[in-house]
Amino acid sequence: MKQLLVFIRKEFYHVFRDRRTLLILFGLPLVQILLFGYALTSEVKNVDLVVINTSGDLLAQQLTARLQASALFNVQEKQLSPTEIENEFKKGHIKAALIFPSGFSNDLIKIQRAGFQVLTDGSEPNISKTITRYLSTIVQDFRQEHSTAALAPFTIVPELRMLYNEEGNGSINFVPGVLALILMIVCTALTSVAVVREKETGTMEILLVSPFRPAMVLVAKAVPFLLLSLANFSVILLLAVYVLNVPLAGSLLLLFVITLLFIATSLSFGLLISNATSSQQVALLISMMGLMLPTIIFTGFIFPLENMPLPFQWISNLVPAKWYYSAVKSVMLKGLGLAYVWKEMSVLCLMTILLLTITVKRFQIRLT
Amino acid sequence: MKKNNLYTSLSPDPGDTPIIAEHISKSYNKGTAPALSNVSLTVKKGELFGLIGPDGAGKTTLFRILTTLLLADSGQARISGYDVVKDFKQIRSTVGYMPGKFSLYQDLTVQENLTFFAALFGTEVATQYELIRDIYDQIEPFKNRRAGKLSGGMKQKLALCCALIHKPSVLFLDEPTTGVDVVSRREFWEMLQKLKRQGITILVSTPYMEEAVLCDRIALIQNGQLLNIDTPSQITGTFPAALYAVKAASIYTLLKDLRSWNQVESCYAFGEWLHVTLRQHTGDARALIREYAAAKAHQQVTVQLIAPTIEDSFIRLATTNPLQHGTPNQP
Repeated sequence: MKQLLVFIRKEFYHVFRDRRTLLILFGLPLVQILLFGYALTSEVKNVDLVVINTSGDLLAQQLTARLQASALFNVQEKQLSPTEIENEFKKGHIKAALIFPSGFSNDLIKIQRAGFQVLTDGSEPNISKTITRYLSTIVQDFRQEHSTAALAPFTIVPELRMLYNEEGNGSINFVPGVLALILMIVCTALTSVAVVREKETGTMEILLVSPFRPAMVLVAKAVPFLLLSLANFSVILLLAVYVLNVPLAGSLLLLFVITLLFIATSLSFGLLISNATSSQQVALLISMMGLMLPTIIFTGFIFPLENMPLPFQWISNLVPAKWYYSAVKSVMLKGLGLAYVWKEMSVLCLMTILLLTITVKRFQIRLT
Repeated sequence: MKKNNLYTSLSPDPGDTPIIAEHISKSYNKGTAPALSNVSLTVKKGELFGLIGPDGAGKTTLFRILTTLLLADSGQARISGYDVVKDFKQIRSTVGYMPGKFSLYQDLTVQENLTFFAALFGTEVATQYELIRDIYDQIEPFKNRRAGKLSGGMKQKLALCCALIHKPSVLFLDEPTTGVDVVSRREFWEMLQKLKRQGITILVSTPYMEEAVLCDRIALIQNGQLLNIDTPSQITGTFPAALYAVKAASIYTLLKDLRSWNQVESCYAFGEWLHVTLRQHTGDARALIREYAAAKAHQQVTVQLIAPTIEDSFIRLATTNPLQHGTPNQP
C-alpha cells in the first residue's frame, strides 16, 4: 500500500513539473469552456431588424416604436417583398424581420385577436432566441398597457419562425458536449502519454525489474488524472453555472457520479492506448485522432445523431462520450433522475470493465 | 534436446553460482537479425564479472535476458537458482539492474528518485543507508537537484544507488561507464570493488577494453558470440605470439608497407603505435622489422617488444579465432 502511495505521489510530481501537461490539464478546459461560453453569453445588441408595415397600421407603428426604444434593435422600416427579405437575410444585412398584416389594428379591435410574423436568422440560434424572447416581452407589455385603456382585452399572436435552423439547436447543449470532450482529452491523452513516457525514457525497464505489479503501475498512473479531472470538472461546472448561466436542474451528486464513471472509461482508454504504443507522439496522435474526432462527430452535440445514416448511429454507440453527453444533458439540463440515466451509466460501466480487463491482460511484462 | 539435458545435469550449484546462462540464442525481427548465438557463461558468488565487447555485440540483449526482460529463443538461464522464464517474479525482486541508458526520472530530484526506488522495493532509504553511503555521500550535496540536471558521472552514481537500494544479491550493470568522464569512471570502478567486497555478485558490461583488467573474470563478446572467458591476466597471458609496437615518422605508409610484407601475420593501429606480430621467422624480430622499415625508406623507426593488452587479445580473437564460427566455450 505504501508502495502505491509513493508511486502516486511520484505521478503527481510528474504532472506538476511538466508545463505541457499542466497546460493541457488546466489551460485547455478554461479556454474551451470560455470560448464556447462566449457564444452563450455574447450580448445581443444592435440587431438589424426590418419592420414591414405595408398598410401603415397605427397599432403596428406603436409596437414598432417600442422596439426602436430598445437598445437591442436597429429598427428600419421598409417595404420589402418576400424575395427581397430573403435576399437581405442571405446578405446578412438583417438578422430579423417583423411582418405586420394589413389589417392588424382592425383585427385587434374587432375580433380581439391579431397576428404578425417574425422571421429570424436561425443560423445564429443565440440571436434568434434572444430576439424571440424580447419580442414576446414587448408584446406582453404592449398588451397589458392597452387592455387597461379603451380597448377590450385582446391577444397578439407572434408567429415565430427561425430560418435556416428550424429546430433552434441551442448553445446550452455545448456545455455537456465540451465537458465530454475535455474529460476525454485530458484523461485519455494524458494517461496514455504518462505510461508511454516510462517506456520511452527507459524507466519502464527498471519498473519491470522490481516487485511492483503491473496492475499497480496502471492504478498509480490513473489516480492522479482521476483526481485532477474531477477538480477540472468542478471548475468547469462552476464556470458553466455561474458565468455562463447554464441551468443545473438535476442532482449534483448524480452528475458527479456519472462524471466519475466517464472519467474511469476515458482513463481505461488511455491505459489501453499506452499498452499498444511505444512513443509519446504515437500515443498522443491516437488519443487525439482516434478519440477526439469520434467524440466530436458521434456525440451529437454538434451534429445531431438522428440525422445520420443508421450505420453511423450504430458506430456512435461505441463512443463513450455519446453516453456521457446524453446522461449529462438529462441530469443537468432536464433535471432527470437516476431512473432516466441508468442505461447510460451501465453502458459506461461495462465499457470501463471491458477496457480495463483488456489492458491488464495485455500489459507487457517484458520488453518486446 | 540431448545436449541441453546434459548441461542441465551438469549445472553448477546455484548456491555459489548466482548467474548461469546456457546456450542462450536470441534474434530479432523474426530471426533475420541474430543478436546472440549459443552464449554460455557462469558467474560465481561475489565475483566481479565483465562482459567486454564493442557496441552491437549483444551485451544489452544478454543483460535483458538475464534480468527477465526478454525471452531467449533457445537456451536457459538461472539467476540465484531461479529460472529467468518461470520464476521471473522472484528474480525481479532480488536483483539490482542498471540499464545502459540513464533510466531514472529526470524531473524528480536525487532524493525523490532514491525514495521512490526504495519504496518500490518495499524498503526505506534509511534502512539501506549503510550499503550506499560511500556512493551517496558524493551526490548528497545535490540531493535537491533534479536528476536531469546532474552531470554524467553523478547520474551514474545516483543510478547505482537506486539499483542498490534494496540490497540485491546480484547486480547487473549495463555499460555503466559509457559517456562518463575518466575520473568518474575510475571512481565508479572503485565503488564496484567495494561492493564486491560486501559479497555482491556483479555482472558489468563495458565497451572499454582498459576496464577489463579491473574485473575478476571477463567474457569477450562480438557479433553475439563469446570469444573467450577467463581472467584478464590469463587472456593476455595466453596471447600466442610475440607482440611488437612499431612507430615511424609516417605511420600510415608504414602500416601499408608492413601489411604488404609476407612476414607480417597481423598489423593494426593502436593509438599512435602499430601493433605487429610476425609469422615463423629466424633471428631477432625487432631487427627484422627495423631492417624492413629501413629498406622501405622509413625515418625514425622504433620497435619495442610489448606485453599484449586485453584489446590485443580481443582483436586477435575477433579476427583469427576459429571459435568465431564454432562453439564459444572455454578453450
